[in-house]
Amino acid sequence: MFDNLSDRLNNVFRDLRGHGTLSEKNIQDALKEVRMALLEADVNFKVVKEFIATVQEKAVGTEVVQSISPGQQVVKVVHDELVNLLGGESVALDFTGKGPAVILMVGLQGSGKTTTSGKLAKLLIKQGRRPYLVPADVYRPAAIKQLTVLGESLGVPVHPSTTDQNPVTIAKNAMLVAEKSGYDTLIIDTAGRLHVDEELMGELQNIRQAVNPSEILFVADAMTGQDAVTVAHKFNQDLEITGVVLSKMEGDARGGAALSIKKVTGKPIKLVGTGEDLDAIEVFHPDRVASRILGMGDILTLIEKAEEVVDKKDAEKIAQKIRKNSFTLEDFLGQIQQIRKMGSLEQIMGMIPGLNKMAKMQDMPKPDEKELGKVEAIIRSMTLKERAKHRLIDASRRKRIAAGSGTSVQDVNKVIKSYTEMLKMMQKMKGKMGGGKAIAGKKRRKRPKGLMR
Amino acid sequence: MLGWFKKKISPELQAEEEDVRDGDDVSVVEVAEDSAEPQDEEAEPTSILHEDVGVLFKRLTRKMAKTRGSMVAKVDELFLGKKVIDPELLDDLEEILITADLGAVTTMELVDDARAKLARNELSDPLVLRKTLQEKITEYLVGSDKPAELVMPAEGPFVIMVVGVNGVGKTTSIGKIANKFVNDGQKVLLIAADTFRAAAVEQLKIWGERINVPVISQDTGADPSAVVFDGLEYAEKRNFDVIIIDTAGRLHTKVNLMEELKKINRVIGKKIAGGPHEVMLVIDATTGQNGIAQTRAFSETVKVTGLTLTKLDGTAKGGIVVNICREFDIPIRFIGIGEQVDDLRDFDPVEFAEALFFVEK
Ligand SMILES: Nc1nc2c(ncn2[C@@H]2O[C@H](COP(=O)(O)OP(=O)(O)OP(=O)(O)O)[C@@H](O)[C@H]2O)c(=O)[nH]1
Ligand SMILES: Nc1nc2c(ncn2[C@@H]2O[C@H](COP(=O)(O)OP(=O)(O)OP(=O)(O)O)[C@@H](O)[C@H]2O)c(=O)[nH]1
Ligand SMILES: [Mg+2]
Ligand SMILES: [Mg+2]
Repeated sequence: MFDNLSDRLNNVFRDLRGHGTLSEKNIQDALKEVRMALLEADVNFKVVKEFIATVQEKAVGTEVVQSISPGQQVVKVVHDELVNLLGGESVALDFTGKGPAVILMVGLQGSGKTTTSGKLAKLLIKQGRRPYLVPADVYRPAAIKQLTVLGESLGVPVHPSTTDQNPVTIAKNAMLVAEKSGYDTLIIDTAGRLHVDEELMGELQNIRQAVNPSEILFVADAMTGQDAVTVAHKFNQDLEITGVVLSKMEGDARGGAALSIKKVTGKPIKLVGTGEDLDAIEVFHPDRVASRILGMGDILTLIEKAEEVVDKKDAEKIAQKIRKNSFTLEDFLGQIQQIRKMGSLEQIMGMIPGLNKMAKMQDMPKPDEKELGKVEAIIRSMTLKERAKHRLIDASRRKRIAAGSGTSVQDVNKVIKSYTEMLKMMQKMKGKMGGGKAIAGKKRRKRPKGLMR
Repeated sequence: MLGWFKKKISPELQAEEEDVRDGDDVSVVEVAEDSAEPQDEEAEPTSILHEDVGVLFKRLTRKMAKTRGSMVAKVDELFLGKKVIDPELLDDLEEILITADLGAVTTMELVDDARAKLARNELSDPLVLRKTLQEKITEYLVGSDKPAELVMPAEGPFVIMVVGVNGVGKTTSIGKIANKFVNDGQKVLLIAADTFRAAAVEQLKIWGERINVPVISQDTGADPSAVVFDGLEYAEKRNFDVIIIDTAGRLHTKVNLMEELKKINRVIGKKIAGGPHEVMLVIDATTGQNGIAQTRAFSETVKVTGLTLTKLDGTAKGGIVVNICREFDIPIRFIGIGEQVDDLRDFDPVEFAEALFFVEK
């Protein structure tokens, strides 16, 4: 709905160039834009109000640095303050206390508690712990079964709860089992409930009292709107939660709820859910979410996503091939398939600051899924030999390939051309690539220059 | 939406069972044949057809009040407390609308409009302002609340495909909607095409048992369009009036999962002429502005023809649907107000617009 916030701010400051300090009026105009951006990102109304007041104080009187525009400068103040509010360093899970550690999962209906329980179990196993999954949702149809299936798929023991038991009793019994069997961490999955359901909120309090959890994680949906504050506040008030998990963050929600929840509870956002699979869980990066809330693209996430999709081994192989000049059409096909796995091209482009504006430009050729599908079909219609040696593909072969893939010779030409272009580009890149790390490296990238425009 | 219930009940409700091939790996939870009888519970009408809107609303508010504490008493606080419209009231108004998830743009439009009228001296009474706003919002909602044109096909089953992002309440809503049809004397079949999420099939089966409706399913991991195909095949000679298909929750940004939905849609169209007759998108009332992106993506993938707004029993107002209705021409059919089978109501735009102004504290 909105263009990049930076662009809009640059508009506001169009007339203010160069020296001087930002006046109160400049700031006010700019902050109006910031306010709209935050509201459209679902940050709660009151939270926005307070935030704007804070930023205003910090920004007035700031000297305008010549090298960057006033707009950029305000964005920087806003961004820094957002990062600050969202919480500095990531906070680890707490397993202290005597006896097995207990993690209690709480939240509204459908927020992702059960799935996150499974993800946590997987995470803990990797850390060498012995988790015990405890289904304590006796209300929702097949809730116990859901967690049981997840546990089985991970090879993690699941407490044999039944729907006729009381959740408090289940928790207590599970504790005894864990002590006896040497499980060191209980993950208790509770039923989704409304914060205004006093009876069920009371049930959670009773569970807490019975098993004294070292972590009470409030699981919230990243797509939540304004009501996030009301819900988070009540859960925190009744249960004194210890942290927040933000689920479904791989979508395109701006995630303003993160700020609202953090602000109203003061509790750290510990983890982020990024998919339905059990390893789709990550630590929370305040700087990324800040950029995202401001609608400034999410380049770091994009890079990570690319790294995820490009399997490390594959990447190493490709790097080798580039070095040895043996990047074939077959590899090209692989690349295209990976791009498709990452999501639609448009979506990817939307994540890149600057590009999201370009993507809207009329005369920009829109890379669409169909095109990619065509490319795939064309390469698949080539023989293995042709894929390995594109020079073999003469006019008659092109005709055959076009017929085989249901496309035209022009289409085939186009594919071969983009492949050779890519080869050329790779040649140029080759000099700058040390040992193939540029693609395979899992190291954190520096923030690309364009981001803070 | 009332049109759904207008079809006369098929006389051959008792379908003959022989002669129909059962796929090897297809599981069918059969139910007793006499189960098609309407389940008349307390004062619950067997049909929603003639239910008085006022009664509905009372029940809705009662239901909400159960968890929320008396809120109706607070409705007019903002507007009754003032004799004239002042800047403070406009600020409060802005807060109310934004907090209800109407979004900054729609809110600013509404408030600026009020401001302009105020400046032209066309407006001074706070209550008139509220009424005007409610009418405007209702207009947005009604603009897409096309009257009950959606009539069940004269022949063959009425097929509903239910879609939406993860965890919004698709499966639960299906249980409730199916029950509504059953109470109306229709013969209903459920198809469990969420073959992805753990125990999703079991969840739907339990709903089927609760309301005595058969559920067609395969194992988790099966191809969802194959399940749908087999389900429709099963239905072919059994004279079902309504077939509801549960799909897996999926984020609208996942290309391949959206493609999968297209495929399911195609399979339905091939088996049943004109099907699916309804593609229902479920939206969670707690959803913020992302609801727009969801609606856009699902509409572009499979033409969405109706909405259900769930979880209105919480404190979220669900105001995002105002934006959705404004931008897309899709009627809201039902609202969900709880986790139980009868926690479903018809959507009423007037009541909804009023409820947006309920303020607590
Ligand atoms: N895309 C995506 N889906 C998720 C994520 N986490 C959970 N889900 C999905 O969200 C839906 C609800 O997840 P559940 O784990 O069942 O949620 P819950 O909070 O246990 O739900 P209740 O027990 O009914 O309150 C399922 O379809 C999950 O697969 C995530 O990070 N990304
Ligand atoms: N309070 C309340 N809870 C609801 C409502 N509708 C559904 N739920 C609950 O929300 C949770 C998720 O509901 P499901 O029906 O499993 O949602 P779904 O969309 O099928 O989820 P996936 O298939 O995992 O994407 C469950 O705990 C339901 O009981 C409602 O109207 N009000
Ligand atoms: Mg659960
Ligand atoms: Mg479901």
